[in-house]
Amino acid sequence: MVSVVSAIVGVFTVLRSQSFAGHALTDVAMAGGAGASLAAVAPLVGFLGGGILGAGAMEAIGMQRVKDRDIATGVVLGAATGLAALFLYLVASSSGATGSTQLVLFGSVFTVEASTLPYVAVLSVLVLLALYLIRRPLLFSSLSTELAAARGVRLRVVGSAFMVMLATAVGLSSIVIGSILSTALLIGPAASALKASRSIARASWLAALFGVAATWLGITCAYDSYYWFPSRRGLPVSFFVVMVVVVEFTVVTVAVALRTRRAASASGPWRAVGGS
Amino acid sequence: MTNETSSSIESALLNVGGVDVSIAGRVILHDVNFSINGGEFTGLIGSNGAGKTTLLRVILGLQAISKGTVTMHGHEITSTNRSIGYVPQKVLFDPDMPVRVRDFVAMGVDGHRYGIARRSRATNDTVEEMLTAVEADTLANRRVGALSGGEQQRVLMAHALVSRPDLLLLDEPLANLDPRSAYEIVRLLHTIATRQRVAILLSAHDMNPLLPVMDRVVYVANAKVASGTTEQVVRTEVLSALYGHHVDVVQVHGRILVVGDEDDEVNTRFVPDHPPLVVE
Repeated sequence: MVSVVSAIVGVFTVLRSQSFAGHALTDVAMAGGAGASLAAVAPLVGFLGGGILGAGAMEAIGMQRVKDRDIATGVVLGAATGLAALFLYLVASSSGATGSTQLVLFGSVFTVEASTLPYVAVLSVLVLLALYLIRRPLLFSSLSTELAAARGVRLRVVGSAFMVMLATAVGLSSIVIGSILSTALLIGPAASALKASRSIARASWLAALFGVAATWLGITCAYDSYYWFPSRRGLPVSFFVVMVVVVEFTVVTVAVALRTRRAASASGPWRAVGGS
Repeated sequence: MTNETSSSIESALLNVGGVDVSIAGRVILHDVNFSINGGEFTGLIGSNGAGKTTLLRVILGLQAISKGTVTMHGHEITSTNRSIGYVPQKVLFDPDMPVRVRDFVAMGVDGHRYGIARRSRATNDTVEEMLTAVEADTLANRRVGALSGGEQQRVLMAHALVSRPDLLLLDEPLANLDPRSAYEIVRLLHTIATRQRVAILLSAHDMNPLLPVMDRVVYVANAKVASGTTEQVVRTEVLSALYGHHVDVVQVHGRILVVGDEDDEVNTRFVPDHPPLVVE
């Protein structure tokens, strides 16, 4: 479910050219997760709280114009990374906090507490429902802010709502794959799906499929990797999930390139040169 | 400076009254007054930087005004009662954006709506109708980012018309077009306006392509406007008063040229002490 939410939110993140903001929110979530670890609070609270605070800070600084967006993202990213460094240092320094740093940064689906799961499920459903409710003004404003504003779309409201959804998706995936690598689950499946799709609906379905496939293949490989080495030591789930995402993107990119070349050859060199 | 009577103002589709606009302390428009009636084809003429786009944005509610009123059907324009279609000069679509032309046009009907309702068949039929009206029906399944400039312009017009507005605003649709293409677009717009009974306000820096179809002209210069018929407004004495310096209006083989001295700027300096302009 987390991979579905990440993937579908990721589609709109890529469409709105907010991949940098999405990545920044993963680092903000890292600060939140580290702070939660330090305060002995549930990691999900830290990841979500940090992400939503970060999204609010970005909106406050300004996310409407592309230039303002980069500035807002950079400022928040810098601050969050600094806070994360502080919290992780304090976490690592304190006794009995073994492995917390690793969990915050790289996560582990195998260690998610059962008590967290209902919250993850409810939040995932809420994000998907909210996204479905605002999908039209969100897509319209992603295509052209000028036209959307002229038609009456409240850009600030839609943009802020999406940032909260993005922060929530990042927070949820940080639990599974860790804050550092949750960018891969957010952007990778979405980027692959958008390359291969001619509609947003199809891209959303495909992104969800890619995201789920990456997660389950990653879990399977991580589980199986225990038997790969004589040392009987399995490799991290996060690593395999990210590698599957990269393979998906590579395969789709090559397939689309081959399809384009075949279509260009079929139409003939002269027609290709003179066509619109 | 207008040529409207009070009764015609009251019955006008769009009325702009005493509007002032300043941006970053600079006066862009001062005491703008004009009205547009239903079904009229109005040219918003002025040189680059005169304030045409600003005026269009004021009508759309995207630009704040420091004074005056803008009403449609006698009511202040809000996001819920607007019946205005808008075609910007250019929209930069991402070439890889997976949105088809038909879906983009449909956003002109429901792109601003929240909720779970799916697109209706009536909307889809209207989309087909508008794409046919602008002679872009063959583009329906193409990606919006893969269109040429001319194709994009037609699609933007379909997008603006699909909600069946009472007023269509177009920002420099004839810029960068050769004369023949410009006349073709004007012909198409006039045909659509007549069939759909839509009033049109089209901004341009060259009024000549619009002469065959224009009912009225709103001429913008020096932060002020003069409005009326072409014969009333496009005259040496009227435009000289508007610009604040002498210009000549010359007619050559049916084309109108507004000629200033070589050293003169066509500028938007506001001259607060300039006396009111009167069209006889």
